[in-house]
Amino acid sequence: MSGYRLSDGGLTDRGTTLRFSFDGTAMSGHSGDTIASALLANGVRIVGRSFKYHRPRGLWGAWVEDPNGIVDVAWNGRTTPNLRATTEPLINGQEVRSVNAAPTAAGDRWRKLDLVSRFLPAGFYYKTFMWPRWERYEPRIRALAGLGRLDPGHEPAADCAQVNARCDLLVVGAGPAGLAAARAAAARGETVLLVDDQDAPGGALRWRGGTIAGSDWRDWAEDAVSTIKAAGGRVLFRTTAYGVYDHGLVCAWRRREAGPDQLWRIRPGRTLLAAGAIERPLTFADNDRPGVMSADAALRYLRLYAVVAGRRIAVATNNDAAYPVAAALAQAGADVSVLDSRDDSLAMAECALAVERNTLPSAALGQEDLTGVLAGDLRLEADTLLVSGGWTPTIHLWRHAGGGLRYDERLAAFLPEGGMPAMRVAGAANGAFGLAAALADGHAAGGDDGPAPPVGEGHASYAIRPAWPDPAGSGRAWIDQQSDVTVKDVALAAREGFRSVEHLKRYTTLGMATDQGKTSNMAGLAAMASITGRAIPEVGTTTFRPPYVPVPLPVIAGRRRGQLFNPPKRLELEGRHREAVAGLREYGGWLRPSWYGADGAAAIDAEARAARRAVGLLDASPLGKIEVIGPDAAALLDFECYNRVSTLKVGRARYVLMLTEAGIVYDDGVVMRLAEDRFIVSCSSAHVAGVRMRLEEWRQDRFDPARVFIHDATAHWATIAATGPKSRDLLEATLPALPRQALDLAHMAVTETALDDAPLRIARVSFTGERSYELSVPQSAAAALWDRLTAGLATLGGCRLGLEALLILRAEKGYPIIGKDTDGLTMPHDLGMTGPMKKREDEFAGRRALFTPQARGADRRQLVGLAVDESAEPLPTGAHGYAPSGGRRRSIGYVTSSYLSPELGRPIALALIENGRERLGERIPLVHLDATFEAMVTSPVAYDPAGMRLDA
Amino acid sequence: MQLFPCPFCGLREETEFHFAAEAGKARPEPAGQVSDDGWAKYLYFQDSPKGRSREIWVHLACGEFFVMTRDTVTHEVTGSEALSGRSR
Repeated sequence: MSGYRLSDGGLTDRGTTLRFSFDGTAMSGHSGDTIASALLANGVRIVGRSFKYHRPRGLWGAWVEDPNGIVDVAWNGRTTPNLRATTEPLINGQEVRSVNAAPTAAGDRWRKLDLVSRFLPAGFYYKTFMWPRWERYEPRIRALAGLGRLDPGHEPAADCAQVNARCDLLVVGAGPAGLAAARAAAARGETVLLVDDQDAPGGALRWRGGTIAGSDWRDWAEDAVSTIKAAGGRVLFRTTAYGVYDHGLVCAWRRREAGPDQLWRIRPGRTLLAAGAIERPLTFADNDRPGVMSADAALRYLRLYAVVAGRRIAVATNNDAAYPVAAALAQAGADVSVLDSRDDSLAMAECALAVERNTLPSAALGQEDLTGVLAGDLRLEADTLLVSGGWTPTIHLWRHAGGGLRYDERLAAFLPEGGMPAMRVAGAANGAFGLAAALADGHAAGGDDGPAPPVGEGHASYAIRPAWPDPAGSGRAWIDQQSDVTVKDVALAAREGFRSVEHLKRYTTLGMATDQGKTSNMAGLAAMASITGRAIPEVGTTTFRPPYVPVPLPVIAGRRRGQLFNPPKRLELEGRHREAVAGLREYGGWLRPSWYGADGAAAIDAEARAARRAVGLLDASPLGKIEVIGPDAAALLDFECYNRVSTLKVGRARYVLMLTEAGIVYDDGVVMRLAEDRFIVSCSSAHVAGVRMRLEEWRQDRFDPARVFIHDATAHWATIAATGPKSRDLLEATLPALPRQALDLAHMAVTETALDDAPLRIARVSFTGERSYELSVPQSAAAALWDRLTAGLATLGGCRLGLEALLILRAEKGYPIIGKDTDGLTMPHDLGMTGPMKKREDEFAGRRALFTPQARGADRRQLVGLAVDESAEPLPTGAHGYAPSGGRRRSIGYVTSSYLSPELGRPIALALIENGRERLGERIPLVHLDATFEAMVTSPVAYDPAGMRLDA
Repeated sequence: MQLFPCPFCGLREETEFHFAAEAGKARPEPAGQVSDDGWAKYLYFQDSPKGRSREIWVHLACGEFFVMTRDTVTHEVTGSEALSGRSR
């Protein structure tokens, strides 16, 4: 027999009927039910199959502690895997499926696997399937064990907001201790944030009841909530504070009925942890049978949902907290008997039911379902066995924050020890068991020195007598139900030397399941203590890490997904590019046109040709525009750059490298001198932030910051580059107001003028090897300039130029892209730029490292070109050149860029090759994946080696 | 998420900062006279103290470098000052 719902009582809304199904069977529940309470009310016993042995499993708990109730839920066309039945609200239309079971939990086809369990100890699969490789067996073994199945079509919306909050006092838990503390603090004028994972205040009062300050606890709780709100505080229900992070940050997951969940990032002045305690199981043979349940959970199902766990109920306990449960179930009509490990106690004396003293279960009887209890010689018929092995304080957040623990022999539990400046623990979490004690502890923790509200409690005894796992017990006694770990597995771990709890955890996976050992860790470490002859505090606990409960990843990711995960920087002219059918892609953080037109390959080819034959127009706005201003500007740039900058004349520009202090090329760029004391560093678009920070670092830590100033104006200016033999014609035709001397600028010269009342900067800088003009205007003038220039393209046979064509054009000229054609070992002389290191005597960043034995070694990888047959395919980028070495291949470098050159009509490639410049003319073998190639080492400059076209 | 005090902007979340260097580690100069080993030590050898550590950080939002004293074990921040010659 199994659970059923009473005809009245409980907090569910009996007016609404919710239809759902479990493993294909239609069932119903009420609004306010959890999936677990509805399953129990519908008489479901087996809710799933165990992870490893496929044993039948039923509900053990009623909330976050439950190890067994894991289900896949399809709703609204989407399946969410591995939801916890005990905390998941029932919704009309849910299709609930058990996990690790097929076709149903009750009729699982692997249910006989457990018969061979003696051959499947901890670590069995990993130890057995080692030859020839684990990976060969893994898929089939994984299919046998495991939890829910992912729905590939279910991509949750990125709609979870992240809320930042501050408060004087954060109270975690709205049970008696939390409410008393929050109320006391609010009464003193503090701003309190009270969070609780249930949907109403009260904590365990909701099912254990009580009288506070002379009336029903609900009146007092209601008054506490209004006191908190009146003082400017907030109360959040269905909100789980799941982790404490550095510097007191508390993260909480807030579930909402209307609207998506939220992640709360709370910065409290102080935190009070009043998270209560979790009931522990008892350990005996087959204690995982469906029908064995936490006594407290049974009371919770009864009071909140009016669901009775069974008809013939045995209650087994080692403490007084189970007696109210027994009494309540008897009153609800169940046939209840009690087993108690103790000889006598206050609660036992007052109990009206039959109590077997000095007795605890030694085995659960029944195969798929519980039929009785064996306790030594005693045999009890029962369909349900409620157990209470004592209480474990919920001190997870205290441990996250770094708080200490001590073992309390009287309570047989780990309790918070010592103090922390910004956190306290109160109530059952602090070992203050019982309503009066919890209330007083919370009241004082809230800062009220006066007397706590009086409670009208019957008795407040706890009187636990520890009942830890017995390593000598017969049969298989479960410690971790979700990870399928038994007492014998713990003994095996100890025998094999895994005696530390951290080793025990990893060897047996004890406590590593989604419940994170809320009910199993204490039993596990107690078993290890007993097996190894140590005391419990000597064994200690494993590390507590966030999150306290599994938090859905969409909540943590929030809205930072898709485009918002790493938003690209957008061009002022993006609209113009889209009108011209640009294919937009991300380059160095910017969304830029790859090409213009529907057919990418054809467009790239045409654009590259047009730039060589006529004119191409490129939106080069992301190019760095870092202004360096002041009397020490030239000195700062001399130090920053490999090439000397101070000798640059006003109105001229110079190509420079920037090195790390290890001598590695960090970036390249063009430095323009607009005035004696004003420069613009036009570095590569992807390195702007980095170059700016380097400049700032030297400025602040080496120079007089009052004599040089850095201003990154990259985002303020748009830059449009006209490149090609007809670039001058384009400017002349479309910008007639442009002064003559601007058109006549020499290569690497720069001038400032104006156009339509907007400032205009023109620089003769070329990334293609062709005559080029870079026109920079404030963003507000960009569209007008772009429109005028594009209007003149057609007549000249020119076109817009995307990034892909530009990449080919610069590769034809052997212009490296730093970070693509160079790597973390490339020094300037590897690129053939030896002038400054030979000539400069002054200090500059990275100089010293250019003179180490490594930097001057004879086997450096140098930038070269690679030529293949005209009819061959371009070499794969990343292909390695190699030299035969003792029957193996030794890499001598690799291809960094490779294209089919439209202008040359043959493949071109750049590569970093060991001693490359000495190999000019040499044919080297290359390999990529399984294919081999041959190429001739050439100069990196494949097109116009004499540089005649810059002024063509 | 740690909170770091920028001497110019106040307490901000750690994602706004970058580590720059250990404090007090001067660039050996004239660098040309430093031995290869000496330069390698400057480049690659850090004290990485356990416990109290003085470090240069930069607040990316304002661009200011500053000296922060913190504990690498407890993550407690005990001091934050502008570079010498810089005022608030």
